[in-house]
Amino acid sequence: MSQPFAKLPAWADYGLLPLINLIVAFLVAGLVVLLVGESPIDAAVLMVKGAFGSGDGVGYTLYYATNFIFTGLCVAVAFHCGLFNIGGEGQAYIGGLGVALVGLGLGHVIPWWLAFPLAIVASAIVGALWALIPAWLQARRGSHVVITTIMFNFIAASIMVYLLVGPLKTLGSQAPETRVFGEGGQLPGLAWLLNLVGLNMRSAPLNISFLLALLAAFLVWVLIWRTKLGYEIRTMGFSPKAARYAGISELRIIIITMLISGALAGMMALNPIMGAQHRVQLDFVAGAGFVGIAVALMGRSHPAGIVLAAILFGMLYQGGAEIAFDMPNISRDMIVIIQGLVILFAGALEHMFRPSLQRIFQRIGRSKREPAPAIAGGGQ
Amino acid sequence: MAEPAIELVGIDKRFGAVHANRDIHLRVEKGTIHGIIGENGAGKSTLMSILYGFYQADSGEIRINGSAVRIPDPNAAIALGIGMVHQHFMLVENFTVLENVMLGVEGAPLLKNGIAKARAELKRLEQEYQLDVDPDALIEELPVGLQQRVEILKALYRGAEILVLDEPTGVLTPPEADHLFRILEQLKDQGKTIVLITHKLREIMAVTDNVSVMRQGAVVATRRTEETTVEELAELMVGRRVLLRVQKGEAKPGEIKLSVENLTVRDSRGVVMVDNASFTVRAGEIVGIAGVAGNGQSQLIETIAGIRTAVSGRVLLDGQLIDITGAADPAELRDRGLAHVPEDRHHMGLVLAFEEYENSILGYHDDPLYLNGPFLDLDAIQADARKKIEKYDIRPSDPKLKTANFSGGNQQKIVLAREMERDPGVLIIGQPTRGVDVGAIEFIHRRIIEMRDAGKAVLLVSVELDEIRSLSDRILVMFAGRIVGERDSDASEGELGLLMAGVEEQEAAE
Repeated sequence: MSQPFAKLPAWADYGLLPLINLIVAFLVAGLVVLLVGESPIDAAVLMVKGAFGSGDGVGYTLYYATNFIFTGLCVAVAFHCGLFNIGGEGQAYIGGLGVALVGLGLGHVIPWWLAFPLAIVASAIVGALWALIPAWLQARRGSHVVITTIMFNFIAASIMVYLLVGPLKTLGSQAPETRVFGEGGQLPGLAWLLNLVGLNMRSAPLNISFLLALLAAFLVWVLIWRTKLGYEIRTMGFSPKAARYAGISELRIIIITMLISGALAGMMALNPIMGAQHRVQLDFVAGAGFVGIAVALMGRSHPAGIVLAAILFGMLYQGGAEIAFDMPNISRDMIVIIQGLVILFAGALEHMFRPSLQRIFQRIGRSKREPAPAIAGGGQ
Repeated sequence: MAEPAIELVGIDKRFGAVHANRDIHLRVEKGTIHGIIGENGAGKSTLMSILYGFYQADSGEIRINGSAVRIPDPNAAIALGIGMVHQHFMLVENFTVLENVMLGVEGAPLLKNGIAKARAELKRLEQEYQLDVDPDALIEELPVGLQQRVEILKALYRGAEILVLDEPTGVLTPPEADHLFRILEQLKDQGKTIVLITHKLREIMAVTDNVSVMRQGAVVATRRTEETTVEELAELMVGRRVLLRVQKGEAKPGEIKLSVENLTVRDSRGVVMVDNASFTVRAGEIVGIAGVAGNGQSQLIETIAGIRTAVSGRVLLDGQLIDITGAADPAELRDRGLAHVPEDRHHMGLVLAFEEYENSILGYHDDPLYLNGPFLDLDAIQADARKKIEKYDIRPSDPKLKTANFSGGNQQKIVLAREMERDPGVLIIGQPTRGVDVGAIEFIHRRIIEMRDAGKAVLLVSVELDEIRSLSDRILVMFAGRIVGERDSDASEGELGLLMAGVEEQEAAE
């Protein structure tokens, strides 16, 4: 059945519409800032300056973005298969164990360039395994993956707390964290990269996992749009009936997709652990798994969109921290509210402005082609 | 004469490009049973949804008991005394009968008084219309026939004077259906007006006073039931008598390619959809399965194609067994030379969100021809798609266009090109020309004949009787899941129509 409205051109669909959503989100966020008695303009300036105004600002923004790229890709891959994996948080958290295995076990033995690929593999495998049980339950028993993955988030959190206050804790320490990894467990920073564009990064934790995240985004694009597996995943996502007709095994595709999704989330652990803190700390994921949902929604499940959305959310995190620091009336919680508004408008209310935009485009289209011809190529 | 209970004047409704209802005029007299008959997609359900306030007509007027009304939502319809029994029941499975009946009309925030009143009222209704059902039984524990009775009670409880039943016998066994008809007679005797929507001719003849036939969104005729015949209604329903006769020579049937033995299939509710069906299809012949939609044809071909599982029976492809009770794999069947053009091209045959070339390999995406290791060989796929586009004259000729943007006829050609160009030994085709423009129909028919002449075994399912008659070398008629007869291609339309309507063979022979 054909749509009642004209289709939007691609640039409006992928560019203009998200922009409108974003602007509205910031306008409403501005109202909130106004309500607590601060100037929204000042806050906006602070945010942008904090996020992009200095080498360290950019460093932090991209550091956060790295996390969100991984978790955003995790959600997007599952989404292409029609699965809603909201367990990225737990998969990333548990993925930290894979990083810890390499960092603690080999960090003082081998150089980082050997430890890094090992840690990538280890974190991916652990993250994937954490997604395996929900995947199997969905494929075999029909237990909804939304429910099971969110339950697995809690299980992951409990396991990690147990490990970090027990077996993995440094002897004699009171902090729930592992010991600091050896040299090989520490990833080099990316100060040189920012130097290339004339920025001076001193303390920000941006490291080479950012490059890995970009590579992962590219590989996800290849997987989804250029491989047979991706073709099968998309067929399943669009139409399970067509997948059945085509002889695509639902069980196999769901499990493989969830393994890939979990592996991407698991790799997120590399950034904060090996790249920044050089040890496993309690709650190092810090909600990035959930932000990934918003990032994937906003990025339309396309890797390029996800990278952009991840940088936007990196900006909100970093710039938001600056606002909280400089504007005493605006607490850290206010920043969460602002982020929530962005998620609300960009993600949940994504289609709010679509009908009116379509109507506008239809009107423009019509007046251009006067006298109006019948809509060409309409479906039957 | 009294005012009609329902009068529809010039009702018109479009969904985008689909013209679901065209300028409909309909009078339903008070205290009668009025049948509305037509094939799937003829616009019956849309029309009734407009009457019940689910949709708004684009233009036209509804008059209830002579006065023009506006029905913005189902509540307004209920207030006007219109009750609806849906094809798919709208009951809360884990509520009791009583709770379901009073749902939405509880009367007060506290249920206590409401329950007592509802129980009394329910008792009265049951006695008045002999609709016995235990008010405290859970819905999920009732058989479908009784569930339907609850739906009727729900409507009566809300004071319905006009009762609309949408395909009410679709889920019923024949005895349950007969019982339903007795209930409907009874309601009519009590002065209720009943609109019965169905595509089953026999029901119309059995129970209605008047009947209106819908085709392609329009009411094409209204008859007094006693003054019409099954044949006439069938003709009105199916369309013009003009046969799209296709040029074709004698069939030269070869060896048996496909053999179906005692196949029985149930749906997820356990209703028997295919009942002990047996037939064969030989190389170089077209076997057509005629039947009114919903008599098990869909389930039959989906089972043979490995999409659905059967309860019992055997299917042999080239003399080799197909595992129909276990997990038959459509991909494996394709390898064995079975191609399948599914009835539902929108959800099964195509992924509408895909670009055209992506759909041109659906099901054959394992073929090394289209692959470069694990990667799709886009150049090869697109070149292949272009070839098919040219050969099948698919328009627009752009393999990168989204499939949803092709017309119905061209979408069907995409599926046909994909399945026919693989040179299969057996070709199963469901509804080859449903929703297809006239120009494409001829092309599709010619291709099907060409497949036959190339020695393929073709199993054709269509609800278009003309199509079955003009293409098939042998015609099987399916009714209520059973194959009730086999005829040559020169069997008369009336004869086939009677078989399709479930009239027994002996009667049909008269």
